[in-house]
Amino acid sequence: MNLFMLAPELSLFCLAILVIVLDLFVERKGLLQTVSFVGLIVPVGLFVLLLIGRQEPADTSTFNGMLLVDSFSLFFKFLLVIIAALVVMFSTEYVAKFPRFQGEYYGLILFSTAGMMLMASSGELISIYIALELTSLSLYALVCFLKDNKSTEAGLKYLLLGSLSSAVLLYGMALVFGITGTTNLAGIAKAIAAEGTLRNPALLMGMTLLVAGFGFKIASVPFQMWVPDVYEGAPTPITGFLSVASKAAGFAVVLRVFYTAFGSPDWVVSNWSTLFAILGAVSMTFGNIVALTQTNIKRMLAYSSIAHAGYIMVGLAAVGLAGSSGVIFYLAGYAMTNLGAFIAIVAISERINSDQINDYAGMAKRSPLVALGLAVALLSLTGIPPTAGFVGKLYVFNAAVQNGLLWVVIIAVLNTVVSAYYYLRVVRVMYLAEPASAEKVGASGTVNAALFLATAAVVVIGFVPAPLISAAEAAARVFRP
Amino acid sequence: MESIPFLSLILFFPVLGAVFIAFLPKDNARAIKICAAVFTFVSVALAILLFIIFDRSAAGAQFVERMSWIPQIDVEYYLGVDGLNLPLVLLTALLGFLAVFISWHVKVRPKEYFICLLLLETSILGVFASLDLFLFFLFWEVELFPMYLLISIWGTPPPLGRKEYSATKYVLYTIFGSALMLAGILTLYFSSGTFDMLAMGQGAIVARLIPLPAIFFLLFTAYAIKLPMFPQHTRLPDAQTDAPTAVSVMLAGVLIKMGGYGIIRICVSIFPEVARQYAPLLIALGVISVIYGAAVTLRQTDLKRLIAYSSVSHMGYVLLGVFALSTASLTGASLQMFSHGIVTGLLFAMVGLVYEKTHVRHLERLGGLARQMPIVAVVFSIAGLAALGLPGTIGFAAEFLTFIGAFTSDAVVGIRLWTILGVTGIVVTAGYTLWMLQRTFYTEPREQFNGVGDATWLERFPIFVLVGVIMLTGIYPALLTEVFQMGIGPIVRHLGF
Repeated sequence: MNLFMLAPELSLFCLAILVIVLDLFVERKGLLQTVSFVGLIVPVGLFVLLLIGRQEPADTSTFNGMLLVDSFSLFFKFLLVIIAALVVMFSTEYVAKFPRFQGEYYGLILFSTAGMMLMASSGELISIYIALELTSLSLYALVCFLKDNKSTEAGLKYLLLGSLSSAVLLYGMALVFGITGTTNLAGIAKAIAAEGTLRNPALLMGMTLLVAGFGFKIASVPFQMWVPDVYEGAPTPITGFLSVASKAAGFAVVLRVFYTAFGSPDWVVSNWSTLFAILGAVSMTFGNIVALTQTNIKRMLAYSSIAHAGYIMVGLAAVGLAGSSGVIFYLAGYAMTNLGAFIAIVAISERINSDQINDYAGMAKRSPLVALGLAVALLSLTGIPPTAGFVGKLYVFNAAVQNGLLWVVIIAVLNTVVSAYYYLRVVRVMYLAEPASAEKVGASGTVNAALFLATAAVVVIGFVPAPLISAAEAAARVFRP
Repeated sequence: MESIPFLSLILFFPVLGAVFIAFLPKDNARAIKICAAVFTFVSVALAILLFIIFDRSAAGAQFVERMSWIPQIDVEYYLGVDGLNLPLVLLTALLGFLAVFISWHVKVRPKEYFICLLLLETSILGVFASLDLFLFFLFWEVELFPMYLLISIWGTPPPLGRKEYSATKYVLYTIFGSALMLAGILTLYFSSGTFDMLAMGQGAIVARLIPLPAIFFLLFTAYAIKLPMFPQHTRLPDAQTDAPTAVSVMLAGVLIKMGGYGIIRICVSIFPEVARQYAPLLIALGVISVIYGAAVTLRQTDLKRLIAYSSVSHMGYVLLGVFALSTASLTGASLQMFSHGIVTGLLFAMVGLVYEKTHVRHLERLGGLARQMPIVAVVFSIAGLAALGLPGTIGFAAEFLTFIGAFTSDAVVGIRLWTILGVTGIVVTAGYTLWMLQRTFYTEPREQFNGVGDATWLERFPIFVLVGVIMLTGIYPALLTEVFQMGIGPIVRHLGF
């Protein structure tokens, strides 16, 4: 038992409590944001210490294998902290909508980030479930923070469907535990291997229920019903947070569970691989086609996020190092891209008080930099080079082709064509339509800085993907020694 | 000499110009144009230098620049030219330079316009200069964005044009094609383990996932859409008609050549067996393109649309030449690409001039312009005659070589019949070209055009340069064929004839 390995999460908890307590005493609420942001440097520093202090061969497990602090979980924790930092940064102006609860707002973001970090490092079903609940409960509260009709409805929907999915997940975990006699992922793998090629339908049933439970988190069809309403109703920075952090943590758990616990023998793998391939193909097709008709940009991005869950699942289906590192790379690129899009939306919507795509008309004239940032993000979501989105798609599709999943790849690339239509429509409205008024739309310095960081990341990853690919491969190597 | 990265310089000077322009004040249109002209001039000057010092006795790619870029999936920054792509790089640089002069009168948002134009030039140059398939694909995709903006912002607005419709259609068609190409490239990479186009052309590819013809057609479809080949041609007339003049020049001049180049460089040279097997089908499609394209052109009453449709027909010759699979026919097809680039580029520039002066594009409302604008009439006529293949122009050299090569090829059964059918396209071409020239310039002069002026010196510069190239290469085509043959030689040897 090594508490130091848990230090980043613990520091986040302390930070969250500090922010909430501080809220009681300070008048200038802006300070809370500063404290949250600066405080996030602590876990980053701890990651560095953890990385430096590691001996080879590293002993990565702690609490009897409940938590694994390996390069995989460190990669995701690092990504999640960056996401949280950006979300805190671009909440600057938005929090004015709920002046009384700013401490809780930042506190809950930090709590859910800690939960997601635990999700990424869980090595066992129970701790996965607890981490998931920590994340979800914080998010339920965050989604209804605006306290208007839409936000409350979104929060309630999220809570009800989320609880349902947790129940399904628990059921799946119970089945797996019942058959294998352990909740430890490595132990499950051993038990399945020991059982030989016995094809136990209950095991498949448990696996399927796990997919259903996680499918809710990663917003895959057919567990996507909550996505559009919640994305539309939630405070926009939280929508951004949900769309990337929740998805990243969800996929981290999925990778961990399926690559470790169900990583062999072949018949198990081929079962879930096919399942993910089909779900992926359906998700992206559904998401893209429904997104075509959306007029609200947050709803559009909601369907786009369903579609992207589909692309990422193509990587999951392509079992092996290329597939898993592809998923990890794609998630990192997607996180920066989608955050960039949401930062731009916060900046614009705050001033024009609308999420309607048509109201973005002529935004290139009214706010050239923000419009450019949004355009870059949308191009990256489409997958046009040189952006992170392009390299990510290419990498994932390449992995899928190598595993003989050409049919999914062809569906996926055709989907990109469909998606180009609705992404570029926003670009077109911003650059070609006449602005409704000549009034400039400017964002505050912090929001602009966050937008710049996200956009720069998208472009830099697009041009120089090699370091991030190496990091993703190092993270993915955890599964196949 | 070897150490200077010529190709990178040619490639990135336009981008550098675009970055430079981004920092200029946006009201200073003059400085923006001069900046664009200077940077593209450096590019074309270097390209000409490259063409001169290109070693015509050596085999393989020259001026190679190669370094690792994404080592995990074997992607390299790998540029180089051989006989096949060198003339196309030169053509692109030349038209990119002249396009700046052709668009000298752009008044709407000149800063953004020239940035897009320069980015467009770089992306096309990149497609031709890349020897890494991934890099090739990357530049291929990058071209979309400037193109979309150029057509949809500076294109022909309603009621005469449908710029946004055309731009969207162009982008969706191209993305559809590149989506298939991406699948093809990935399977190809999986089968060969490399993105190096030349290496793929050398060794035999073993099909590992799907049969070779399937990969071939995934790739071919993308190029055929770009070319455009019947029945995937409908985006092109729309895009070319609604694009601003200089962009039509680039589009017709070099962009669609990316398709032809892709077919030769990738489809034919990497899949020689498949190319032989399916040559009869593809030749048939080529000849249908020729005849159908020419027939549709005959029906057009809009001057610009007429030229746009004629591209479909002319690119049919390229297909015929390529899939006749002989040295002469492939060289002819390559020369036809170059020739069409120059000639159609010039034709679009002339249409732009006529429209700018008269504000009329409809053939029935034009007439007798030879009196009011003699220089435009003469240059337009030269371009028209080159398009229909008059001896002494490059059009003749290209078409003659293509037909001779195809007719004498023994690669395909029944090729002679197809060639003869293809030749009838020339008759129709002559028909619509002469008819168009006659109706625009040589009827009774019309009163309404009396105040219309001729081309100014600034406008004469680019068109005179193009006329010069048409004449020079028409009289001495060996200047180009010699180089093209160096690139075609290895491909044909690989085909096994």
